[in-house]
Amino acid sequence: MNPSLIKEQPMSVPVEPLLQVRDLTLLYGLEKGCQGVSFDLYPGEVLGIVGESGSGKSTLLSLLSGRLPPQRGSIGYRGKDGEWLDLYSASEAERRTLLRTEWGFVEQNPRDGLRMGVSAGANIGERLMAQGVRNYKELRGAGLDWLSQVEIDPLRIDDLPRTFSGGMQQRLQIARNLVSSPRLVFMDEPTGGLDVSVQARLLDLLRGLVRELDLAVVIVTHDLAVARLLADRLMVMRRSHVVETGLTDQILDDPQHPYSQLLVSSVLQP
Amino acid sequence: MNDLTQAPVRDPAYNFAYLDEQTKRMIRRALLKAVAIPGYQVPFGGREMPLPYGWGTGGMQLTAAILGADDVLKVIDQGADDTTNAVSIRRFFARTAGVATTESTPEASVIQTRHRIPETSLQADQIMVYQVPNPEPLRFIEPSETETRTMHALNDYGVMHVKLYEDIATFGHIATSYAYPVMVDERYVMDPSPIPKFDNPKLDMSPALMLFGAGREKRLYAVPPFTRVTSLDFEDHPFEVQKWQESCAICGSHESFLDELIIDDAGTQRFVCSDTWYCAQRVEQQENNQ
Repeated sequence: MNPSLIKEQPMSVPVEPLLQVRDLTLLYGLEKGCQGVSFDLYPGEVLGIVGESGSGKSTLLSLLSGRLPPQRGSIGYRGKDGEWLDLYSASEAERRTLLRTEWGFVEQNPRDGLRMGVSAGANIGERLMAQGVRNYKELRGAGLDWLSQVEIDPLRIDDLPRTFSGGMQQRLQIARNLVSSPRLVFMDEPTGGLDVSVQARLLDLLRGLVRELDLAVVIVTHDLAVARLLADRLMVMRRSHVVETGLTDQILDDPQHPYSQLLVSSVLQP
Repeated sequence: MNDLTQAPVRDPAYNFAYLDEQTKRMIRRALLKAVAIPGYQVPFGGREMPLPYGWGTGGMQLTAAILGADDVLKVIDQGADDTTNAVSIRRFFARTAGVATTESTPEASVIQTRHRIPETSLQADQIMVYQVPNPEPLRFIEPSETETRTMHALNDYGVMHVKLYEDIATFGHIATSYAYPVMVDERYVMDPSPIPKFDNPKLDMSPALMLFGAGREKRLYAVPPFTRVTSLDFEDHPFEVQKWQESCAICGSHESFLDELIIDDAGTQRFVCSDTWYCAQRVEQQENNQ
C-alpha cells in the first residue's frame, strides 16, 4: 500500500492540503449524525470512512460535498488557483460550479447520479456542456474516450443507461464525474449492490483511475475489503464520533480502539 | 382589407373583456415585471376562463388585461384566422369587450396567437400574445420546480444543450422543430411557446412587444421590443430553420412556412401557407397586378 503521497514529495516543497475540515458537526439527535470531525485531505490522497450503519458516514459525506449545511465547523477548499474557499460561506452559485467542475460525486445508486432519460454520451457530456463546450464533435469524442476508459463498449454511446447492467451504470456514473477532470471525488459506497466479481472489476478500475489522474477521494464504505484496496488512510466512525484515524494498513492490521478491533475481527474470512 | 374588420357589439352583462378589474390589474403588474426582466417567468394568479386549459386560457387572460376599447384584435391558430379556436376567441372578445376584430396583420394592434408568428413583419405599436402550454424549458430534464428555479437564478443552463446533443446523436441533426429553446438578452433561457423554429429569428430584435401566457401553469413572461433572442445551438451544428422544396400551391410563396396537406387517399401532397391572411393578401395582389 502506498502511504499518503506527501511522504514522496521532496521536503523543500511543502504540500498544502486540498481540503481542511475543522470541527464539523451536524446532529439530528443525541449521537445521531456526526460531530467534531476534523481532518486534512491532501492532493492525490484517498481517505476511507468506515463504520456501521447509522454511524454518520453518509451525513459526513453530504456535509463535505456541500449538500447539507453543518450546524458548526468549517470546510476549506483550495481551488486550482491556490485560493482558499470556505465552502459554506461561499455563494450557492460558487458551490454548484465547484460541484460540477473540480469535484465529483459518485452515488451509491447510479440511478441517483445519472440522467436515466438521456443517452450515455449525453450523460458524459453534460458536465462539459455546463462548462460551455459547444462543439458536438468534441463532446462526442470525450464520450467515446471515457466509455472505453471505464471499459464500456463505445458502440453503446447512444444507448440509454437503463439498458445497462448495474455495474455498467456505476462505471458510466464514474465516467460522467471524471470527464471534467475533477481534483476531488466523493464516493458513497460505490460498490454497494454489485455482485462480488463486478465489485472486483470496478475496484480495479477505480484504483487505476485514481492513481492515473492523481485524484483525491473521500470514499464512504462499510466494506473493509474495499477500504483496504482503495484507501490510503482510514477514519473509523461510531455513533457520530470519529473513534480512530490512521493509515489503512495500520488500522486494519493493528486496530487500537475497541470498536475498530470489533469491526476488523467481524469480517468473514472465506 | 377593411371589409374583414367587423363592427363590434358589446354585451353589457360582462365586465369589459370578461375579467374583473382587480384581476386585470394583477395581471398587468405581473406583466410589468415580466417586461422588466426579459425571459423571466412571473407567476400570476391565473383565473378560470370559460374554456378548457390548453385552448388558450393563458393568452386570453393576458389579452383581456391589455385590451383597450380602441384596440383591434387579431387571433390566429396555427397561422390561420378561420379555425375554431381563432374564431371563438375573436368572437369572445368582440362580445365581452366590444373591440374591433380583424384578420389583417398590419391593422391589428393586439395579435393573440397559437403556434405562429405572422409572416408579415410586425410594427412597433403591435403586441403579440402567445398561448403557452408549457413555459418551463428545463422541465423535460428536471422535474423539480424548486430545482429549475434555482437553475434559472444561477444561470445554470448546461442541461439545455443535453437535449440538442440527444437530437444530433439520434437523428444526425437538431430535430427539435418547435418550442426550440432560446436565450433572451443573454440571460434567461426561454421556451418560445410551440412556435415552429422557423419563427425563432422573428423574435430577435422585433419592434413589437411579445407577451407569453401559460394558463394551466399560471406563468407569464415577455420579450420587450428590440431584445436579443438567440436560439441555442452547437458550433458544428448551427441553428437552422426549416426549408421547403415546394412553394405554396395557392399563392406560390417560397418564403413562408408551409403546411402539408394530403388531399386524397393516394397520398397526394399539397403545400400551402400556414398564414392564411398572408396567402390571401398575396393572391389578391397577384389578381390586381393582372
